[in-house]
Amino acid sequence: MSQPDTNNSKAPVVNKRISDPQSVQVLLIGLTYLFFIGFIFLPLGLVFTQAFQKGWSFYLESIREPYAIEAVKLTLLTVAIVVPINAVFGVSAAWAITKFNFKGKTALKSLLDLPFAVSPVIAGLIFVLLVGSRTPFGSWLGEHGIKIIFSTPGIIIATIFVTFPFIARELIPLMEAQGRDEEEAALTLGARGWQIFGKITLPNIRWGLLYGMILCGARSIGEFGAVSVVSGHIRGQTNTIPLHVEILYSEYNFTASFAVASLLVFLALLTVVIKNGMEKHFHKNSLHL
Amino acid sequence: MMALFQAKRRNILPGFGLSMGYTVFYLSAIVIVPLSMIFINTIPMGWEPFLNAVTAPRVLASYRLSFSTAFFAALFDGFAGLLTAWVLVRYRFPGKDFLDALVDLPFALPTAVAGICFATLYSPIGWLGQLLSHWNLQIINSPTGIVIALVFIGFPFVVRTIQPVLEEAEQEIEEAAHCLGATRWQTFRKILLPHLFPALLTGVTLAFARGIGEYGSVIFIAGNLPMKTEIAPLMIMSKLDQFDYAGASAVALVLLCISFSMLLLLNAVQEWQQKEYRS
Repeated sequence: MSQPDTNNSKAPVVNKRISDPQSVQVLLIGLTYLFFIGFIFLPLGLVFTQAFQKGWSFYLESIREPYAIEAVKLTLLTVAIVVPINAVFGVSAAWAITKFNFKGKTALKSLLDLPFAVSPVIAGLIFVLLVGSRTPFGSWLGEHGIKIIFSTPGIIIATIFVTFPFIARELIPLMEAQGRDEEEAALTLGARGWQIFGKITLPNIRWGLLYGMILCGARSIGEFGAVSVVSGHIRGQTNTIPLHVEILYSEYNFTASFAVASLLVFLALLTVVIKNGMEKHFHKNSLHL
Repeated sequence: MMALFQAKRRNILPGFGLSMGYTVFYLSAIVIVPLSMIFINTIPMGWEPFLNAVTAPRVLASYRLSFSTAFFAALFDGFAGLLTAWVLVRYRFPGKDFLDALVDLPFALPTAVAGICFATLYSPIGWLGQLLSHWNLQIINSPTGIVIALVFIGFPFVVRTIQPVLEEAEQEIEEAAHCLGATRWQTFRKILLPHLFPALLTGVTLAFARGIGEYGSVIFIAGNLPMKTEIAPLMIMSKLDQFDYAGASAVALVLLCISFSMLLLLNAVQEWQQKEYRS
């Protein structure tokens, strides 16, 4: 790969790190750009050229038609319910795991990684098996007028399953690093439990919490497989934005499909920008996927 | 180890009962009970029908396809991820911060959007599809298309696991190797690669595990032809559409067992690596 070094006799330049020859650098950077062009830039460029293929007015029409608006509303509703619920869970799990020692901590932590190993389709399947209309529990619920699968609650539950670890996984390393000293000091000064949490812990973790909520929200907006299983694809009722994109695409309505998809791309780019801004700000290198 | 456990001080902070109770309740309701439904729906099937369900030729073909495509995609991601992490950590060049930020895009972009993008790019009239048709290469409706979608999905896992390790690697060791007369390539192979290997393996395994279960980005480009380009998650989906709950659970059970054992294996390898490193 690199040429045999002929400069061994020369003294190394002070403060200059050894590095690869210029030609190797250019080659490797070029290859990286090639990969990014094929896998990132072309797909991104494609979304916008396809979305605006029939002009601005068609674009606006596609994202303002009633079904698209219903899909946006349902997605926003899902995010507005899922993120706070998972935030409460995340704080609670992180508090239990980082402030106390107990048996089975490792098992609990590995449970938090579980959704990453479960296919989204299986995540949807398990809730169909649990509360679908053909199961005992589901038919009992149906008799009492409660419908979960093929309706909004099912979409929300499946999204909760797919996104529950994001906030906890963000908070656990943060709270582990902060330790328990401040909380213990507050306790000896006479603060009560919720006071300690509200005045010490919450201000300490607020950025990590916000960061986790952004990741959780981004994933909730885009979840497709799990939601697709439990939604039933009823237009105007159980269609989230990604499902609406799919339906338009399968109807060969490509321009409208990409127009709606461009909304999701904007949100994804926004997420990436916020994520990087926050990571730079807090000198954080690790990413918890 | 025992001494450590006994030496730990008694905890005086409040809220253990509440936080632990809520966490366990939540995990049971959202994760453990629903997941156990797969076992509950599979057990009444009995051994014979279970085997018949998971060894049907179409199901076996879908497993083979999911594993092989996820494997090749993860392998490719290993190279592309190592290259990208190396370039981003070690070199300075225009657009570096921009590329670094965009590494996360596959994670933030909804999978369905990625799916329609690749399906359109590689369609016979798409930007890349047109180009490739000159050489009679067809990507859409073929396993290669599935690999391409999975490469996209798995890419950030590899880059983001290697990047921190590479950033913390001490360059003094490389300088020492240089002073001792090693070429750059020798230094990379004998010093850097062994150091990066555990992270590389972790990233590739994560990409592989994610690829096996991936659905949204694949179904658009795959064409979903029975026996040819039908992935395992899609088998579950089509069994569900026919209300074959037991069959869907059986296929899901096998898929879950394999994904879990992959991650357990990864944990074991990591622990073994750490022990080797210490001794």
